[in-house]
Amino acid sequence: MTSENLPDRAAKAGEERLAEQVARTGMFGTEDTGDTSGYGGLRVRRAPVPSSPRPYGSYFDEIADRLADSLGSGGPGFAEAIEQVVVENGELNMYVRREHLVTVAKMLRDEPSLAFELCLGVSGVHYPWQAGRELHAVYPLLSITHNRRVRLEVSAPDADPHIPSLVDIYPTCDWHERETWDFFGIIFDGHPALTRIEMPDDWKGHPQRKDYPLGGIPVEYRGATIPPPDERRAYE
Amino acid sequence: MTAETEGRVYNLAGQDWDEVVAAADEAGDRPGEERLVVNMGPQHPSTHGVLRLILTLDGETVTELRPVIGYLHTGIEKNMEFRTWTQGVTFCTRADYLAPIFNETAYCLAVERLLGIEADVPPRANVLRVLMMELNRIASHMTAIGTFGLELGATTVFLYGCREREKALDLFELITGLRMNNGYIRPGGVSQDLPSGALEKLREFLGVEPALFGEMRALFDDNPVFRGRSKNVAYLDLAGCMALGVTGPMLRATGLPWDLRKSQPYCGYETYEFAVPTRDTCDAYDRYAIRMDEMDESLKIIEQCVDRLAAKRPAHDPVMIDDPKIGWPAQLAVGADGLGNSPAHIARIMGQSMEALIHHFKLVTEGFRVPAGQVYAAVESPRGELACHVVSDGGTRPYRVHLRDPSFTNLQALSAMAEGGYVADVIVAVASTDPVIGGVDR
Repeated sequence: MTSENLPDRAAKAGEERLAEQVARTGMFGTEDTGDTSGYGGLRVRRAPVPSSPRPYGSYFDEIADRLADSLGSGGPGFAEAIEQVVVENGELNMYVRREHLVTVAKMLRDEPSLAFELCLGVSGVHYPWQAGRELHAVYPLLSITHNRRVRLEVSAPDADPHIPSLVDIYPTCDWHERETWDFFGIIFDGHPALTRIEMPDDWKGHPQRKDYPLGGIPVEYRGATIPPPDERRAYE
Repeated sequence: MTAETEGRVYNLAGQDWDEVVAAADEAGDRPGEERLVVNMGPQHPSTHGVLRLILTLDGETVTELRPVIGYLHTGIEKNMEFRTWTQGVTFCTRADYLAPIFNETAYCLAVERLLGIEADVPPRANVLRVLMMELNRIASHMTAIGTFGLELGATTVFLYGCREREKALDLFELITGLRMNNGYIRPGGVSQDLPSGALEKLREFLGVEPALFGEMRALFDDNPVFRGRSKNVAYLDLAGCMALGVTGPMLRATGLPWDLRKSQPYCGYETYEFAVPTRDTCDAYDRYAIRMDEMDESLKIIEQCVDRLAAKRPAHDPVMIDDPKIGWPAQLAVGADGLGNSPAHIARIMGQSMEALIHHFKLVTEGFRVPAGQVYAAVESPRGELACHVVSDGGTRPYRVHLRDPSFTNLQALSAMAEGGYVADVIVAVASTDPVIGGVDR
């Protein structure tokens, strides 16, 4: 597969894509080359998350610049604290290194030109194929003063699922972090009382992880057995 | 007979009360002060659902309040990962069950943003979405105010609220087919157009409601008992709201006129004329007053929607996006045996168009594919900012859906509002927060 006659960006995107893992193989129930449809040979790869080039557009550049200024003067520096900036679907997403999460959040809240007063909770996501960065915690922030939104995303490996807690900066994260611990097993260091909130207190396991089953029993209906939803046929 | 576990535990074996009291005094365990731990268990008529409150009382004053949730957790978010994008609507709609249209809209806005079709949703679909959302807002506030009254012992208000809610639910049944958890808003538009007679019924509704809102106001607005129980009760000022992430009527009661319909409009809200009611004494009475005012504003918006829907329609005025790879194919029609696929649609896919048949089959069995990425879409629900954080990995099923429910966040603020007050004020605090435990637990 040569990409000499493709425009540069497309070539680069294609090569990035080929470097990713295979997510799904085959379609319509065929896995190998047994039938002549050709669908058995389909290999769908994971979509890479590309860093967005500057200028980001809209108010995103201003947020990045002000944050870079704050982090530069007496902080760890933008490149050290922020792994990646992705602008997609009209939203600004900053991937923050977990050791600098508290610093970045404090600056986003206290800096008058940023003024992200409201944290809208924590959402956990589990990406089992991203070795070393399986557990993500996503913090949407809202600035009422400037009517802007930004999203912080932090990742932690399964082997060391610790992320610093933001309860001291945004007390609203209290219950949200408890929920993320409950469902994903992310331990928020510094949380006053990290206990289960939705599941019963003595539950074992973290239900919303991808390696945890959905649960359910097969249903017998008119002679046929319908398996639980996570074991049914999927037309991916 | 004392055991050191969490705090001091005194075991009584019989005939030894004097010893226990002496031991408690000697241990310095707040001598002279009686602490009582009361469990307002999940089964309770006044906790707005299955909410457990553990109160530590000193006499009549609440010194500590711990809410315990999770009794209604049904795994909505995880279930959505095993269904197609359109089927996901039927799950998220059941989270905040008193505002199902808002759940659906937040989810569909997120999916549409990932698909990149936000601008392609037909205008009539947007007007219908706004209409249904405002009707739902009225129904939800009616429940909130009705149950507020019921918990204070005012049963008439509850019946008035239920009666008005019935009118809104009748309109839902007429337009969507179901009273609650409608599954009406779908990615790309809405499931079906207005049936005949709907506009007349809506105008009827608009005609009678103002007087009935006035009846409710007459019961509560200047009622000395109500004012006595809700004025200066459950105080949470702006700093508290910002720290605890509280949005909705609770935030607007602090004086900040923050409403996503005005500041970050969606579904065409910027084209409607309405005000954002705000009060500034941060108490339970203000929250009630804001909800009453919001219902009036909702009526104004519904009237504007009805005018737009009744206007002359262009030749091609669908309610679902035209893209055959995304838009749900079948329209529903009422036949001899009830609501089902319209015969015209069946005739088209079986007799006239092979592509239509293929699209119908693929969309219903496999569903459409959504490009990989993540999005956070927020709407202003009756309780505050209701948002959906959706992550897609490029497949036919959501990879992760997280519903940021306002009740979950607002309920955290309960401790701040109720501690230091009386037990009776705990009920008022919960009622003025208006939590829906389905949204809290999901």
